[in-house]
Formats: sequence, structure tokens, C-alpha cells
Amino acid sequence: MYRFISSRSKFLSSKSSVSTVSLCNHLSNSTNSADNKSQSNPSTSLPKLSGSSYQTQNLNGSPYFRRFNQNLSFLASKSGCNWFPSSGYLPNCGISDGNRSIIRCFSVEPERESIEYDVVIVGAGPAGLSAAIRLKQLCQEKGADLSVCVVEKGAEVGAHIISGNVFEPRALDELLPQWKQEQAPISVPASSDKFWFLTKDRAYSLPSPFDNRGNYVISLSQLVRWMGVKAEEFGVEIYPGFAASEILYGANNSVIGIGTNDMGIAKDGSKKENFQRGVELKGRLTLFAEGCRGSLSEKIIKKYQLREKVNAQHQTYALGIKEVWEIDESKHNPGAILHTLGWPLDKKTYGGSFLYHMKDRQVSIGLVVALNYRNPYLSPYEEFQKLKHHPAIKPILEGGTVIQYGARTLNEGGIQSIPYPVFPGGAIIGCSAGFINVPKIKGTHTAMKSGMLAAEAAFGALHEGSNLELYWETLRNSWIWEELYKARNYRPAFEHGLIPGMAISALEHYILKGKSPFTLKHGKPDHEATDVAQLHSPIEYPKPDGVFSFDVPTSLHRSNTNHEHDQPAHLRLRDPKIPELVNLPEYAGPESRYCPARVYEYVPNEKSQLKLQINAQNCLHCKACDIKDPKQNIEWTVPEGGGGPGYSVM
Amino acid sequence: MKVLVAVKRVVDYAVKIRVKPDKSGVETQNVKMSMNPFCEIALEEALRIKEAGLASEVVAVSMGSAQCVDTLRTGLAMGADRGIHVEATGALYPLTVAKVLKALVEVEKPRLIIMGKQAIDDDCNQTGQMVAGLLGWPQGTFASKVLLDREKQLATVEREVDGGLETLCLDLPAVITTDLRLNQPRYATLPNIMKAKSKVIKKYTPQELNVEIKSDLEVIEVTEPPKRKAGVIVSSVDELIDKLKNEAHVI
Repeated sequence: MYRFISSRSKFLSSKSSVSTVSLCNHLSNSTNSADNKSQSNPSTSLPKLSGSSYQTQNLNGSPYFRRFNQNLSFLASKSGCNWFPSSGYLPNCGISDGNRSIIRCFSVEPERESIEYDVVIVGAGPAGLSAAIRLKQLCQEKGADLSVCVVEKGAEVGAHIISGNVFEPRALDELLPQWKQEQAPISVPASSDKFWFLTKDRAYSLPSPFDNRGNYVISLSQLVRWMGVKAEEFGVEIYPGFAASEILYGANNSVIGIGTNDMGIAKDGSKKENFQRGVELKGRLTLFAEGCRGSLSEKIIKKYQLREKVNAQHQTYALGIKEVWEIDESKHNPGAILHTLGWPLDKKTYGGSFLYHMKDRQVSIGLVVALNYRNPYLSPYEEFQKLKHHPAIKPILEGGTVIQYGARTLNEGGIQSIPYPVFPGGAIIGCSAGFINVPKIKGTHTAMKSGMLAAEAAFGALHEGSNLELYWETLRNSWIWEELYKARNYRPAFEHGLIPGMAISALEHYILKGKSPFTLKHGKPDHEATDVAQLHSPIEYPKPDGVFSFDVPTSLHRSNTNHEHDQPAHLRLRDPKIPELVNLPEYAGPESRYCPARVYEYVPNEKSQLKLQINAQNCLHCKACDIKDPKQNIEWTVPEGGGGPGYSVM
Repeated sequence: MKVLVAVKRVVDYAVKIRVKPDKSGVETQNVKMSMNPFCEIALEEALRIKEAGLASEVVAVSMGSAQCVDTLRTGLAMGADRGIHVEATGALYPLTVAKVLKALVEVEKPRLIIMGKQAIDDDCNQTGQMVAGLLGWPQGTFASKVLLDREKQLATVEREVDGGLETLCLDLPAVITTDLRLNQPRYATLPNIMKAKSKVIKKYTPQELNVEIKSDLEVIEVTEPPKRKAGVIVSSVDELIDKLKNEAHVI
């Protein structure tokens, strides 16, 4: 029993343990039954301990200690610190309540059901589905039978997919050469390629650095849906509506699978009547295809130090905000592609816009803003609204209506930022590693190819006894590497400003043609690039007119975003005091401006002090806050599966 | 005792709908579809009745195109034992659905039919009542509480009506339609979704059930509700009276 006391105080002093303990508060239901089984009442022997509830509970010292220890190690073995929620999760269980909470924790949470597969893939996007399809193709070719499971946090396949998109079919031609006959939703070939430099009132046509002949203007969400159907035909099991929230570790520190979210937890952490425990999906190999800044992928990269392994630089990002419009027939020109540089962004902010004409009178229009912008008063969303009023853009949208809205961050790091993608137990594919060709603004084909290469290496490892590390080898010998190598200097050149950037890009593109002897480096990480608010002044953005520009709630409605309201906020603050102590005074609360869904708002409380309010149910899962928060205090974790945006034509 | 639950595949409630350019209906292409929320509540109630030991089997029924099978699979994943899919293309109006359900009742012989009170796409609120009428069974609609008594073979249903709560006692077999506050539907867990793949879904066609798919209703046009016009601020009472009299024609 004394052993028990000392360990209890040890637990009280370590913050993470207390969080675990407070996490167990919602397990209180099962505690009572466990209590009744105990025999002795040690309350008389522990009178010095504070917390009156300690005396009222029937506690059998050592067995409870053992079970508590078991509980803790059970939890710790699963995922390390990933399991311990930061304070946002259970606001009621403050540290002072620790005594009471610790006691109630002495129960064993019902074990999760565990299902085993050969390969578990997290994310049903282009990379994940390509990997799944390739695995099944190899099984057919070589007469093997591997079980493949894909989990997807969106309510259906394609619901969280958003991209420009001018599609280069190179990887799809390799994966599913019959895509045209099988009616893939790829039907609008690129017809024209325009490149404009915008000033406030004019548009100057520049020679287009792009060559999109042979490419198609598509909706990636639609293509991924089609790929999902194809994957299921191959026998892949796809489970949308299930969010992988936890990485499972086995012996030797290797990854053995993932755990899905518990569903049916109320905002205060208690279990609702429809509480369902998550499940463990164990795979002999696990592939992470979560897209840019994947929540689990980031943890993996940090844990296994995958960037340090290959001396890769940090990843840099941009935020893309997009709308799909249905425009007037007379203005519609299927296959027309337009890119712009310049206005509304200033010379120090990298970014540009795109306007692609799809079929059915639909156009995709969007603005991409690099997240290493300096001015904390910048709002990428408002800049996008401004863009639509430009005299060269407005006429195209005149008479049209907005069908959908969405936003997502994308990688801009290129080859310099690719981490070593293999870790014990699996690999990282697609944008979670970061294969976008930034100057070409295309990443779908490289993501798909990376999925295919990983599948080939995985098949070799599982069926033929080779090593998954072969994935790295094949990556570097593939056209992905060749392409990304040639494209490596364009984006970093813009660190020096818009004009030098364009000059160096022109040099690269027209003269050096990718054979440059140097490799430029990235500047500061995005979150460190923000200046303090003092150095800038607030930007006056025009009010939305409701015809071309809109306010955030209207746009958000068009994204079909929905989350179960009564669940803990999935955006966690590592330190809840930082927003009011640092973000607001020093940086003027930039999260209230860069978030394209108005999740973060500073509202005055009863004492007229501004406090951060997190409207987690608005979240578009874009991950901008995880990237741009100056102190990296905001952690994006995955909410209950099935929530988030509902993109269908993005 | 067998319980029959009718479910409908509708546009998901969180989707922002648009009217098709030709005004013939709402755009359903490439739009997320899911089980009608009231049908989910009905299925949940049936599952609770089964878990309480008062029912032996829960059968889920759906009518429509081939994709209805997805909705039935969700129902099976929640816990229904079997599924029945009546394949029919074209628009299905409540009276036709009620006739098909009547035909199925003669085949399956359930003691209780539970349905959602209305579908969120057409808001008809007619099918449950029509089924009860065709079968000559008692009905308890807008149920917010259901208690079954197996020995006495009756159901006590608390209904939400405009005036408050009404409690009815129905002899089984009966039809119950569910309202929002009846229960909180369960999540379909991953293991259950996997098990549901092997559960049986029987297919019928309306011809096999001797029901003719026809309708006395025809949708002529679907338009968006008129946009709210901005208000006008009047400067005096006289101007207000003038506007009420001459523009709004209400006095």
C-alpha cells in the first residue's frame, strides 16, 4: 500500500500521467463493478491522503495498483504520448481534481476488437487507392492472396478530396491502362494554357511556362470515387467513416497497425448512450496516405526521425482555397486553363491563382497562398474573395453560381523536404511524404506513383521475403525523382522576393533546363516566418457582395461540412494559455484570419477580455492551423470518423 | 416476434442541395446519399426491442434502385438480421410504397412494423399511415416512447402531437412511425460492417409481389423558394399604412 501511495504522488507530478488519469474519468462506469470485487478497505490505513473520495471508495491497495499500472502500460504501449490528450479534451478534469479522478480510473477499459490484415492503408486518396489496387494486381499476377484494408476518415471515398486539378495521366496509364474504356471521369482534355500577371486593374499575358498537352481538367474527388469502386472490384476492403486516430506499436518499436477513434464521446468526455469503442486494425505492414500534414504521418516522421535520416529540410506549405462555379454557357470553354501571379498578393507573398474549365459548365477557381507569409493580418480567404473581383476574372464568373467551396494545405517543399519514407512496420506515401511538383502545380501523378512503388516493395516484403526499404530505392530511380529534381529550385528562389524568384525561375526553365549545379534551400519554417503584428498594419478587406464574394459562413455551408456536435474538440491546445498570452498580443491572433472555416475566433467574455473560442465543428480538415500557429501550440487531431467536409466535385 | 423496418435512401441531411437546371427535381448525381435519419431511429428502436428479448428477428426493407443495397448494408451493420430489396426504378410515391409493404407483410408476417415518420427528401409523412390503413392495423405515429408487452401483445406508444404528448395503447400487429426524440441511433462499428457483408439481402421485383408501380401524382416543376427580399425602413406611420394598403394589400 505504501508502494501505492508513492506511485500515486509520482503520477501526480508527471503531467502526462495526470492527463491519462483524467482521461480515465469517463471510464467511471466500469469502476463501480470493479470496486465491489475488492475485499479490504484501506481507507483507514491511508488517512493522510487528501481527497475525501479516497476514503469513500473501497480500495484494495495492491490489486488496484497493479491494474492501474496495467492500464497505464496498456495505454502507453499503444502509442506513446499520442494517447494522452492535451487539456482541450476534458476541460472538467483539472489537475486539482486529480485525486478524485485517479481513484475512479481503476478499471480496465473493455479491450478493443482487433482485426488483422496483411496491409492496412490509412487514407483513401489517390496514393492510398493506387497502393491498394497495385497490391491486388500483384496478387493476381503472382497468384498470392493478401488482405488489404483502407480506412478513410471522410464519410465516403472522395469526401475529403480537393485539388485544382489538371491531371497528368502518366501514373494512371501505368496503373489502370484501360481507364478510358472503364469510364473514368476524365473527359476534358486541356485545350489552352494562359498565364497572366495581375495588377489591381490589369492583366498582363505572359508566356506560359506550362505545357499541359495530353493532360485533362478533372475533379479529383470524382476520380478518387471511381478509383474506390475499382479498388473494391479488386477485392480491397474500404471503410469510409472510420478515422485512424492512434498508431499501434509492437515489440521492437515497430508499427503494427492503427486504432480507430472511439465514437460517441460527449463534449465533456463522458460516454454517450451510443458509445462505441474503436477497433484495432493490425497490419503486417501499414501504409500512411493521409495527404499533406497527415496527423499520424507527422508523428511517425518525428518518432523515427525520418527527415534527419536523409538530411532533408523541413516541409513548407501553402494553403489553397477553391470554389467550383457553374457559369454561363457563353463564358464556358471546356479545357481552358488559366494561372495568375501577382495581385492580390504582394511581392513578399508567394502564391497565385488558378481557373480551370471542367465539363457541365463548371469551373474550378482558387487561390494558393504560401504559408510562409509574413504579415499576420493577411487572410488568404479574403484575398481569394478580392481576386474574384478583378476586372479580368469577374466577367467569367458573371451570371454564375457557386456550387462548392473548400480549402486544403499542400506541400511546397519539393525534393529538399522529402523524408525517408520507410519505418519499421510500414511506409509513408503520397502527400504525407510530399511529392508535389511545385512549378508544375501537380502532385496527383507522383502521389499515385509513390503508392504503386510502395505497393510493389510491400508485396516483395510480404510475399517474396525482400525488404520494404526497397521502396526508397525504387523511388529514387523512378520518374518521380527525375521530375522533382528538375523542379527543385523554382519555389526556393521566391524566398528572395517575387521578381528575383521569377528571374531565377525563368533561368531554370529556359536556360538551365533543370541541369543547374546548385540546390537552393528553403527559408524559415512557415510558423516561424510570421512577423510580429507591430511591424504591419491591419488590412481592410472589402465587405462581401454576396454575388462574387461571400462571407465565411456562407462559403462554409457550401462545403457540406458537418461534424457530430457533441464530441470533444479535435483541435487541441498544447498549452491553453498561449493564445491569450502570445498569439493575441504578439501576432494579433493570426488563426482567426488564416483559418478558411472560421474555427478560431477571439470573443470577449463577461469581463470584456478577448478569449479564444474554437468552433471545431466548422473544421475543413485543411491543417493550416497545425502548420502556421507561431508557437506550434495547435495540434490537429482527427475527429470522429464521418465528419468533415463533403466534397463531391472538388 | 418479427419486426419489419422500412428504410429509405435519401440525400444526406448535411448536403447543400441544388435544383437541377431543368427544374425537374433536385440534383442527386454525385451527391452524398445516406439512410433517412428517421429510418435510422426506427431501426435503432427495433434493435433495442430485439435486445430486450421481445423480438426474434429484425428485417430491414428498402425500395428503389440498385444502390439501395448500400443503405440496407448499413442497416445490417447496425444489427438487422436480414434485408429485403424491392428493385424499382422511377419515382416511388407513398401509396405505391405502402402497397408494396402490404404485399411484403403477407409474405413475412411481422407483428410490428416500425418506420420513420417521414423522409427528409419529400417530407410526405404518409407511408406509415397508408400501410396501417391498407392492412387494417392500428397505428402509433410520431412515437417518442415505445413500450412493448409481449404477453398481452400490445404496444404503448407515447406520441408527440401539437398539443403535447398523447399515450396510445395498440394491439399487435401494429404500425409505429418514429419521431426524433425516440432514441439516439447507434454507430455501425467496423466489425459489424464486415459481418454485414455475409448477411442475406433478398431481392424482389414489384411484379413478383403483384403491385403495379404507378402514380396518380406527377411532379411538374421544382423551384427554389424565393429569396428573402430586403426589408424597407419606412419613415412615418402614414407611409407604413400606405405600403400595407397599396403594396402588400393586407388592409
